[in-house]
Amino acid sequence: MSHPTGVRINNDLLRPLLLTSWRFYLLVAFFGGFVVAGGIAWGSQIYYGFGIAGLKWPIYWAFYVTNFVFWIGISHAGTLISAILRLVNAGWRRPVTRCAEVITVFALMIGAMFPIIHLGRPWLAFWLFPYPSDRLIWPNFRSPLVWDFFAINTYLTGSILFLLLPMIPDFAVVRDKSTGLRRRIYRIVALGWRGTPKQWHRLESAMQIMAIAIIPVAVSVHTIVSFDFSMAPIPMWNTTIFGPYFVAGAIFSGIAGLLIAMAVLRKFLHLEDYLHPVHFENLGKLLLVMALLWGYFVFNERLVTYYGNGPAEMTVFWQTQRRSFAPLYWTMVFGNFVLPLVLMGIRRFRTITGCVIASLGVVVGMWLERFLIIVPSLGNKYLPYSFGSYSPQPAEIVVTVATFAAMALLYVLFAKFIPIISIWELKAGEHPSPVLIPPATEEHRLGELHL
Amino acid sequence: MKAVYGLYPDGLSAQDAVNRLRAAGLADRDITVISSQPMEDYEFGHMDKSTWMWWLACLGGLVGMSFGLVLSWYTATAWPMNTGGLPTFAWWPKLIIIFELTMLGAIFATVATLVVSALIPRKGQSLYDPEVSDGRILVGVENPADEAVATLETALRAPAGAQVKQTP
Repeated sequence: MSHPTGVRINNDLLRPLLLTSWRFYLLVAFFGGFVVAGGIAWGSQIYYGFGIAGLKWPIYWAFYVTNFVFWIGISHAGTLISAILRLVNAGWRRPVTRCAEVITVFALMIGAMFPIIHLGRPWLAFWLFPYPSDRLIWPNFRSPLVWDFFAINTYLTGSILFLLLPMIPDFAVVRDKSTGLRRRIYRIVALGWRGTPKQWHRLESAMQIMAIAIIPVAVSVHTIVSFDFSMAPIPMWNTTIFGPYFVAGAIFSGIAGLLIAMAVLRKFLHLEDYLHPVHFENLGKLLLVMALLWGYFVFNERLVTYYGNGPAEMTVFWQTQRRSFAPLYWTMVFGNFVLPLVLMGIRRFRTITGCVIASLGVVVGMWLERFLIIVPSLGNKYLPYSFGSYSPQPAEIVVTVATFAAMALLYVLFAKFIPIISIWELKAGEHPSPVLIPPATEEHRLGELHL
Repeated sequence: MKAVYGLYPDGLSAQDAVNRLRAAGLADRDITVISSQPMEDYEFGHMDKSTWMWWLACLGGLVGMSFGLVLSWYTATAWPMNTGGLPTFAWWPKLIIIFELTMLGAIFATVATLVVSALIPRKGQSLYDPEVSDGRILVGVENPADEAVATLETALRAPAGAQVKQTP
């Protein structure tokens, strides 16, 4: 395995930006087609009303809220993983961090769309905001939905900045390597970056502080998303385990999403010299740990419910274990636990292909997990008069598929305009040396304290 | 802007150039070093390292926390709603909003400090060479005194692999 350096790193990682092949247009057209189809499906839903969706009493939360929770979960791939790896100074993180951070931003943007898609009249979305008005709306500022608003927006803002800051030095490289209009654009976004020691220190300090700040925010976001459920008196929702269970699940699905994205990038952008099997193996081990953690949480949740033996809880319990939702439940267990345990637990299967197969299983399994948390409970509440069933309709399915296409489309466009692997971080990893040359004096170590 | 500078192929020769400029009587603040990556392994990479950024981030967090406290107290008391006899202003739910705004304050303060302290260009500090992007390390002096240029050129030319240039 060759280890590229200097000029070659520039050439390899800037190639997708400076040269455009027909494959790029093909991918944009392909994924764009699904996104347009999703837009048409949503437009139809707005025009004809919610009747064309499968949402009806008592199950008003189904595919769309499943997608909301799923995408917020996927968003944990990036910023959280990247921040942890930065703080522990894991050298192998360098080619991985940006791929991961991009997932966070796009997944959050897609996830945040679902409360709007879930509205019959989305142009009145501002009625949801808990602001005082003269329409006799008396807002409840203590609602968990207000927590959602603050948590998701803080995480989105922090993640965008966490992604943008380390891109500035790379914008400067593109500025230096391009001409014409492209050069002018990258000169603006490079914000006058030169690469003085002062700039490097400030950037690295900023990234450290952001990493410290963003980890608890990331944990809080999915805990708060779990509160949307656990604060409600619905069978199997009103439980204290939901916070950590959701966080673990989010990180789990996030790692799976990251592994798939890395494998695709490696293949299509020919990044074999940068995304090595060891990166997949390390993330594969992390996936294995999270699969075990996920199994632990599910075991806890199920066992406590079983021993509690509440009639309403047990109705939902048996719905998922043995009755109509059982095929989905056991598919979820296979995808989230059995498959990653086998493929990531046995070393010879912990290859790039093995990681991708396990990750696909986890992504499907985690989507099903969100669905199985929401729908069986809403369809089997405490009194039989509120029992109901749900079957997804074409509009919901098309919108759901379109969000996956939208994620792929945004990723393709991002990789076209911005180096998908951080050039400067990769270069910085070229010359690891434990010794400072020459040794630091007290004067140099302290320097002058100023802004 | 007038400047004299050298481009060096590696950190060792750049360090040599910095040391020679110091020996020629220049203070660290008069020496410009530019690289395409952080040079933490070399002493010159630690120039101008100290920063108030951590403290300013804490201050930003405090401002965000105060704002979160005031916002959550004001909204709860200005539009009181009785929900199951729970207190109008309850600490537990409000802690969530206070926490998020604390972190947001710290993040904004960090980014603002980075922009103000490192990204806004200073007058007379615009020395740059696109070869830096290819991995060369620039060591130079901006706006040197005319009589010092020859001495500086000699110092910059001494390290191995040096390529010395002058602007304009």
